[in-house]
Amino acid sequence: MSATHVEPATHVDPVTRVEHTTPSSRIGVALAGALLVVLAAAPAWGGRQDLHLLAEFYGYVALASLWNLLAGYAGLVSVGQQAYVGLGAYVLFALTILAGVHPLLALPLAGVIGALVAVPVAGLIFRLRGHYFAIGTWVVAEVFRLLSSQISALGGGSGISLPIGIVTSVGSSRQAREFLIYWLALAILVAVLGAIFLLLRSRYGLALTAIRDNELAARSNGVDATRVKLVVYVVTAFGTAIVGALIFLQKLRVSPDTAFSVNDWTAFVIFITVIGGIGRLEGPLIGTIVFFALRETLAERGSLYLLMLGAVAIAVMLKAPKGIWGFFVARFGWQLLPLERRLTILQPRRSKGGSDHGNA
Amino acid sequence: MMEWLNIIIQGVLVGGLYAMFAAGLSLIFGVMRLVNIAHGDLIVLAAYLAVVVTEGLGINPLLSLVIVVPLMALIGYALQRGILNQTLGPDLLPPLLVTFGLSVIIQNGLLELFTADSRRLQAGPIEVASIHLGGGLAVGTLPLIQFAVAIAVIVALQFMFYRTALGRAFRATSDDQAVAQLVGLDNRHVFALAMAVSLAVVAIAGVFLAVRANFDPAIGPARLIFGFEAVIMGGLGSMWGTLVGGIILGVAQAIGAQIDPGWQLLAGHVAFLLVLAVRPQGLFPKVQG
Repeated sequence: MSATHVEPATHVDPVTRVEHTTPSSRIGVALAGALLVVLAAAPAWGGRQDLHLLAEFYGYVALASLWNLLAGYAGLVSVGQQAYVGLGAYVLFALTILAGVHPLLALPLAGVIGALVAVPVAGLIFRLRGHYFAIGTWVVAEVFRLLSSQISALGGGSGISLPIGIVTSVGSSRQAREFLIYWLALAILVAVLGAIFLLLRSRYGLALTAIRDNELAARSNGVDATRVKLVVYVVTAFGTAIVGALIFLQKLRVSPDTAFSVNDWTAFVIFITVIGGIGRLEGPLIGTIVFFALRETLAERGSLYLLMLGAVAIAVMLKAPKGIWGFFVARFGWQLLPLERRLTILQPRRSKGGSDHGNA
Repeated sequence: MMEWLNIIIQGVLVGGLYAMFAAGLSLIFGVMRLVNIAHGDLIVLAAYLAVVVTEGLGINPLLSLVIVVPLMALIGYALQRGILNQTLGPDLLPPLLVTFGLSVIIQNGLLELFTADSRRLQAGPIEVASIHLGGGLAVGTLPLIQFAVAIAVIVALQFMFYRTALGRAFRATSDDQAVAQLVGLDNRHVFALAMAVSLAVVAIAGVFLAVRANFDPAIGPARLIFGFEAVIMGGLGSMWGTLVGGIILGVAQAIGAQIDPGWQLLAGHVAFLLVLAVRPQGLFPKVQG
C-alpha cells in the first residue's frame, strides 16, 4: 500500500434501460393491429379486383422489405434478387408438376431451397467487393434465367401453366382459391415483416445497425460482419423465394422472362425502397403506396412510367437520400415500429464504489 | 478440327469487342471506384447515335465515329459533373442506385424514341469481305478491324495512363484523392475527364456493336455483364487483363454456342464463375478492389 491514500470518489451511477417504444410507435403498433384486422376481412368487403391488387401490393411490400434488409441494413446492394423470385416460382412449378407435391407445401419448400441455393452462391459472389458485388448478383440471376429456359419439362424458354388438377387442389372453387391466396399473401407479408422486425430487435439487428453506420467501427468492436451478412443474405433468399412462389401461384403461369424479370422484381423494388426510405422498416411500405398510386394513374404510359420512376428515384437519392419516411423521421422524430434503441435514465443512484477511479 | 479452330478464332475476335466494353468500365473504377451500372445502356445509346448520324448524314457507319465519339465524351463529362460527382463518397449505395436509375431511364427513353424493333447498321461490302488464311480458315475483315481497333484502344489507354499528364492526374486521384487535391488537382474535373474517356471508348464499342449485330434498347444490361465479367476475369486495374478476359469470354461463348445455341451465354457465365471460384483476384490483378 502506498502512503498517499486517495479518497474514493463518489460518483453517480445512473440506472439505465434501453427503450424501444416511443409515443408515436405505440400509436403505430395500435394502428397496424387495427389495419391488419380490416385487411384480413377484405374478402368480406372487397371485390375480386381489390383482392388481386391488394395481394400484389403485399407481394411488393414483402419484396421491398427484404431488399431493404439486404441493402439498407446489411449494405449488400443486390440488383439480382429476381434470381430468388424466379427460383421460388420454378421450385413451386417443378415440385407440383413433376413431383406431385401439394402447392401449399411447395411454398415453404421453395423458401428452403432458395436458402440452400443462397449458401454456395454467397460463397462465390461475396468474393466481389462493394460495387462489383451488385453486378455479380445480376450474373447469378442471368445464369438462373438461362438454366430455367433449358428445362424442357417446364416448357423451356416459353414457360408453362399450372395444370388444372393442381390449381383445383388449392381450392375447389375459384372464389375459395382467390380468398386463400389473398390470405396467404397477407400472412406471408406479416411473417416477413415480423421476421425482419425480430431480426432487427435481436443482437443481429444491433450488429447490422452498427455495420450500416460504420462497418470498420463495427468490426473493430468485435462484430463478425461477414457472418452477419451471410445470415442476412440467406434469410433474404428464403423470404424472397417464398414470396416469388406465391406471386406465381397467383399468376398460374411461369416463364423465364417473367420469373427472372429485372424490371418487375428488382428495378421496381429498388425504386420503391429508395423513394420510401432505405434503411428504415417503414420505408418500403410508404414506397409501395407511392408506387401503386403512380402506377394506377400512369400505368398505360408503359416505358414512360418506368422512365419517370427512375428519374424520381435519382432525385430522391441525390436530394433526400433517406427517402420520404427518412424525411419525416428527421423532421418530426416519428417511428411507426418500435425499433430504435433509446437509452433512458431511470433514476440516478449514488454509489460509493469508484473502484476504477480509485488508486491512480 | 478446322471447324473448332475457326470457332475459337471467331471467339477471340468477339473478345476484342468485349474488351472494349470492359476497358471503359475498368478505367472509371480505377480512377474513382465507381461502377457504372448504366455502362451497357450507354453502349446501346452510342449505337443509336451512330444510327442517327449515319442515316442523317448518309455516311459510312465507321465514319460516324468522328461525331459519335466526341459526342459521347461530352455526355460523359456532363453526366459526371452534373450528377455522378454528387454520389461519390464513402457510401456505396448512392452511385449504384443512381447509375441503376440512369440505366432504366436510358433503356426506356430509347424504347420511347426508337421502339423495341431491333436495328442494325449496314457498312456496305466490307461486311461480307473476308481474308482466307488457307486450309479452310477464314476471318471476316470487319471482325479483324474491330479486333485491331480494340488493341489500339487498349494501347492508347495504356499510353495515356502512364505517359501523359492526364494519366498522371488519373493515377494520382486513384491513389489518394485528398493528396491529389492538395497538390492542385480538381477532382471533380479529373473524374469528369475520366468519364469522358470512358464514354469515348464506349462510343467506339457501340458503333462496332451496331455494325456487327442486331441491337435493341433492351440489350444494354447484357453488355454491362460481359464487360464486367471481362474486367473481373482479367483482374482489376489491368488493361491488358481486360483483353484476356474479353477473349476468354468470347471463346467460351463461341464454344458454348457450337455445342447448343442455348448454351452460348451460359458458357460465358460459367467461365466467369469458374475464374471467380478458382482465382477470385482475376488472372492479372493490379489493384485490390
